[in-house]
Amino acid sequence: MRVPLSWLRELTPVAASGRDIAEALIRAGFEVEQVEQVGHDVQGVVVGEVTQVKELTEFKKPIRIVSLRMADGDRSVVCGAQNISVGDRVAVALPGGLLPGDFRITARETYGHVSDGMICSSRELGISDDHGGILVLGPEAPVGADVAELLSLRDEVLDIAVTPDRGYGFSVRGIAREVATAFAAELDDPGLGPAPSGGRGGHPVVVDDVDACTRYVARVIRGLDPTAPSPLWLQRRVALTGMRPISLVVDVTNYVMQGFGQPLHAFDANTLQGAIVVREAREGEQLRSLDGADRELAAGDLVITDDSGPIALAGVMGGQTTEVTKSTVDVLIEAAHFTAVGIGRTSRRHDLVSEASKRFERGVDPDLAPAAAHEAVALLVSLGGGVADDTHTDVDHRRSRPSITMPVGFPGSRAGRAYDADVVRRRLLEVGCTVEGGGTADGADVLEVTPPAWRPDLREPVDLSEEVIRLEGYDALPSVLPRAPAGRGLTIDQRARRWIGTALAGAGCTEASTYPFMSEAVLDSLGISADDARRLAPRIANPVNDAEPVLRTTLLPGLLAVLLRNVGRGRADLALFELGPVFLDRDDERTAPRLPAEARPSADELLSLNRSLPEESDRVAAVLTGSREPAGWWGPGRAVSWSDAVELARVVASATLAPLEIRQGAAAPWHPGRCAELVVDGAVVGHAGELHPRVVSALGLPHAVVAMEVELAPLLAHAGATVRARNLSVFPIATVDVALVVDAATPAAEVEDALRAGAGPMLESIRLFDLYVGDQVPQGSKSLAFTLRFRSTETTLTDQVVNELRDAAVAEAGVRVGATLRA
Amino acid sequence: MADYDPVTKAALDPAVLDAARSAALADFAGAADLEALALARTAHLGDRSPLALANREIKVLPPQARKDAGQRVGGLKAELDLAYADRRAALEEQRDARALVEEAVDVTLPWDRAPRGHRHPLTLVQEKVADIFTAMGYEVAEGPLVETEWHNFDALNMPADHPARAMQDTIFLDPPSAGRLLRTHTSPVQIRALLERGAPCYVVAPGRVVRNDPIDATHSPVFHQLECLAVDEGLTMAHLRGTIDALSQAVFGAGIISRLRPSYFPFTEPSAEVDLVCFVCGGAADGCRTCAGEGWIEWGGCGMVHPRVLRACGVDPERYSGYAFGMGLDRLLMFRHGITDLRHLFEGDVRFAEPFGSEV
Repeated sequence: MRVPLSWLRELTPVAASGRDIAEALIRAGFEVEQVEQVGHDVQGVVVGEVTQVKELTEFKKPIRIVSLRMADGDRSVVCGAQNISVGDRVAVALPGGLLPGDFRITARETYGHVSDGMICSSRELGISDDHGGILVLGPEAPVGADVAELLSLRDEVLDIAVTPDRGYGFSVRGIAREVATAFAAELDDPGLGPAPSGGRGGHPVVVDDVDACTRYVARVIRGLDPTAPSPLWLQRRVALTGMRPISLVVDVTNYVMQGFGQPLHAFDANTLQGAIVVREAREGEQLRSLDGADRELAAGDLVITDDSGPIALAGVMGGQTTEVTKSTVDVLIEAAHFTAVGIGRTSRRHDLVSEASKRFERGVDPDLAPAAAHEAVALLVSLGGGVADDTHTDVDHRRSRPSITMPVGFPGSRAGRAYDADVVRRRLLEVGCTVEGGGTADGADVLEVTPPAWRPDLREPVDLSEEVIRLEGYDALPSVLPRAPAGRGLTIDQRARRWIGTALAGAGCTEASTYPFMSEAVLDSLGISADDARRLAPRIANPVNDAEPVLRTTLLPGLLAVLLRNVGRGRADLALFELGPVFLDRDDERTAPRLPAEARPSADELLSLNRSLPEESDRVAAVLTGSREPAGWWGPGRAVSWSDAVELARVVASATLAPLEIRQGAAAPWHPGRCAELVVDGAVVGHAGELHPRVVSALGLPHAVVAMEVELAPLLAHAGATVRARNLSVFPIATVDVALVVDAATPAAEVEDALRAGAGPMLESIRLFDLYVGDQVPQGSKSLAFTLRFRSTETTLTDQVVNELRDAAVAEAGVRVGATLRA
Repeated sequence: MADYDPVTKAALDPAVLDAARSAALADFAGAADLEALALARTAHLGDRSPLALANREIKVLPPQARKDAGQRVGGLKAELDLAYADRRAALEEQRDARALVEEAVDVTLPWDRAPRGHRHPLTLVQEKVADIFTAMGYEVAEGPLVETEWHNFDALNMPADHPARAMQDTIFLDPPSAGRLLRTHTSPVQIRALLERGAPCYVVAPGRVVRNDPIDATHSPVFHQLECLAVDEGLTMAHLRGTIDALSQAVFGAGIISRLRPSYFPFTEPSAEVDLVCFVCGGAADGCRTCAGEGWIEWGGCGMVHPRVLRACGVDPERYSGYAFGMGLDRLLMFRHGITDLRHLFEGDVRFAEPFGSEV
């Protein structure tokens, strides 16, 4: 909403500066985004009188040399306009003067004559779009007068972002009320002005849907001069509110809408066929709206119709068949009240937001229609020479406004400070409420408050409390820290997520936070098959980026994109991780039930709400490329390997105490021979290893990339478990090495498990220290060398006992995986 | 042997002993290194040294002479032992000092062999605010990123045709009629927390939200909010203000001033915008680029929980009241750390996270 201060001050005599008024409005909850200074771009433009007009005929277009009588003598100006007559008073920009657009005037030679200034059109003065000719001022304009002052071009305009609950803020009237309250000034509210006189029985109007249209006032003016222009002041006002001056009738309806907040529509009365009927549109009906669009109407759209069918989309936009044109002489003014919900729905369905729909959607004062229509009629009669019909139409289905019962202390109990009863009462009166009760002799300090018609947002005591508190000032609220009951702190899962992040960062990985979107093509690039669960990506109806229309089902695409971006920016060695949710859509229920919000839904209803949502679960993933350890002065570096990815899975598992089992795996997007299956409690929770070479080339990744991704919930289930402490034996350690030959395909982990099982409880630790494949062992086999460290809790182990333990371990490995001692 | 004359025994001749002493002291002092010293020791204190010879001669002296000779030879041995030990200690010290000098390294050599990792500042700031609130007794509540319209709008007093729904560009799952969307704010966590916990309820919920905004230096379709909800008997706007003051001072430092400005949110009544005094210009405003000359920076929205929200969650608004607020965490980071381009937070360039330590 744009409010010129000159207009505002006509309603409330506040002398404060624009900046001070803006501050006061901000304090009251109206966000003034800007105080625009207008008209300061017109300087050095004064009134002159035309004394002579001399036609030059030697040019292609008509050029005139105009002699002017100015306050300081005569002056000669070259001008192309046609509408110049001797005796006219015109606006002359003098050399050195300034016009909008930072246009500096100089005396210059043009068409062979020196033009000592410029005669201005309305557009050149920034008043309107009218460039049909120069602006001719009335004969009362004094020669020499400053045109900017004469036409009141200098003004300040408040640009206010009105919140959706305050429809009344979309009017000069509404803003004036707030300003008057803030400065304790008088308010002359035009909305409470005279109602139309004259009898009923105007143009016939039938309202079918009295819920959607609670009031319809129609007034008719006949015999308007279709050539009568809008006076400059009117054009100026309309333009300052941000609308384009168009014609007298349109400008008047817009002016009244801006002033009152009541949207008006003007029909050419002679194009109306029969009675106006306000009804719901029928499926298949059409309307060509004023913007030229052909609109398919649907049930649910409220339309204004006559015998010809729909002639306007109620409260949103008029239609072309009944539009006011340059030849219109009889006009029907509609001032109606349409309910917010219906207009909002229609506006959204047709993707059409108009000045009218904006206001109706936020709530228009239903009492306003007669006064607003009357103002428009009065203006048209005086400015357009028309005659208003004696009769008028007022179809009135307004509801009574219920009063609100509120204890006088209620605003204070919301605020956390007390307000005097007088203050509460006065503030509510300033808002426009009627207030009864309170301070009665029997001590019942309960107020009966009826909000004003323009405040449909005031429905409950809390709404009234806000009015009192905001007008008394939020800065007057005390600041008190409440004493919350003792909480339980972070949950174990919340803490475990922190440990995981800290552990991965400690392991050299840098965290990324990517958008949770992906393309489906990336799943193809990752080699993920059509029946993979990761294909159940929830689809977005209106994606931010059309290239990424689904929610991610894996963290890897986002991380790999980050990896590529870093590589592109010159980082070759990278270790990245992300912890965040992935989304798998259910294949059964994908529709959330529509539930009322008046009360808590039942347990079943809540369950069905949650069951409609995709399964959302946290994962952690890491990707690495380049060197894991760089080369340096200490020697060569080490390139990342599949084992780094598996190790990061171990890092995550150990942060959560989850017992992680590593198995040989095969899953996209990993190299089928270099993929570890991550298993917790017998269930596969993720994979780690080197990416498949085809994935690397499909995504344009650097030559070797390793990755791991793991589901968090199965790991978090172990977090926070109470660990049994070890009883530390201080008897000496006994170390023995064994080298076993096994089939090349036998996983080392299985050999180690077998040794561990065979060695029994005195085995303190076991560690694979060598892996050998080559001539020294049979073809198709490999040698694994382990160090076994034994310790007893009761005695020093003898060589004989240690050898027995070793033999038992080797024997078990022989039984389980066919291992033999290497010769 | 009765005619044995000690004087005639050359080994015990005082002049000989004197000479041996001088020679030994000179050789010890002159030994350049431990090897030379060892040779000198053998020469002067070894089995065939003049001293050892003299010592053997003592045994053959008549008893009356032994004592005197023994004292002289013993005294000399003690003197030479000491001289040797002193010299040896000195030489060892020299050797050690030389070795330490030779072993010295350039400790300024870089050692980036095990590269360090870094957690993301967005994670760190979420942990920070969670810690601030858990210290005040709050718990950290969570909710899904994909929400139902009921949780994201209806239960928050935004029925289907509410104009406030149009204020937020909502991203829906397909089809939109199924009522599933990416949460546009963290406020649905209020609903989930109240449904789960009932009253009293003190929770905070940092988290990711999504709106259909184009990406630029100050906007991102995915961003982060901090939601705070307190529902209890007797809570007022004064408590809301106190909590906001506590948070802003914990995050931005003591003395930071906040301002509440009346505003509108469907889920609170009364509602307010929270502004912080610009900590670049301190509110002086003129020409400040951070606050665009306003002196204040918009930080979030807040208010007293609307009774309809409490009712939707089965909490009696006659008995309980509450406050709630939501703040932009990305904005918090931008202000607090001078981040000029929001995209840095989401692009994952490792250079961005590197300077942040274990806590923001």
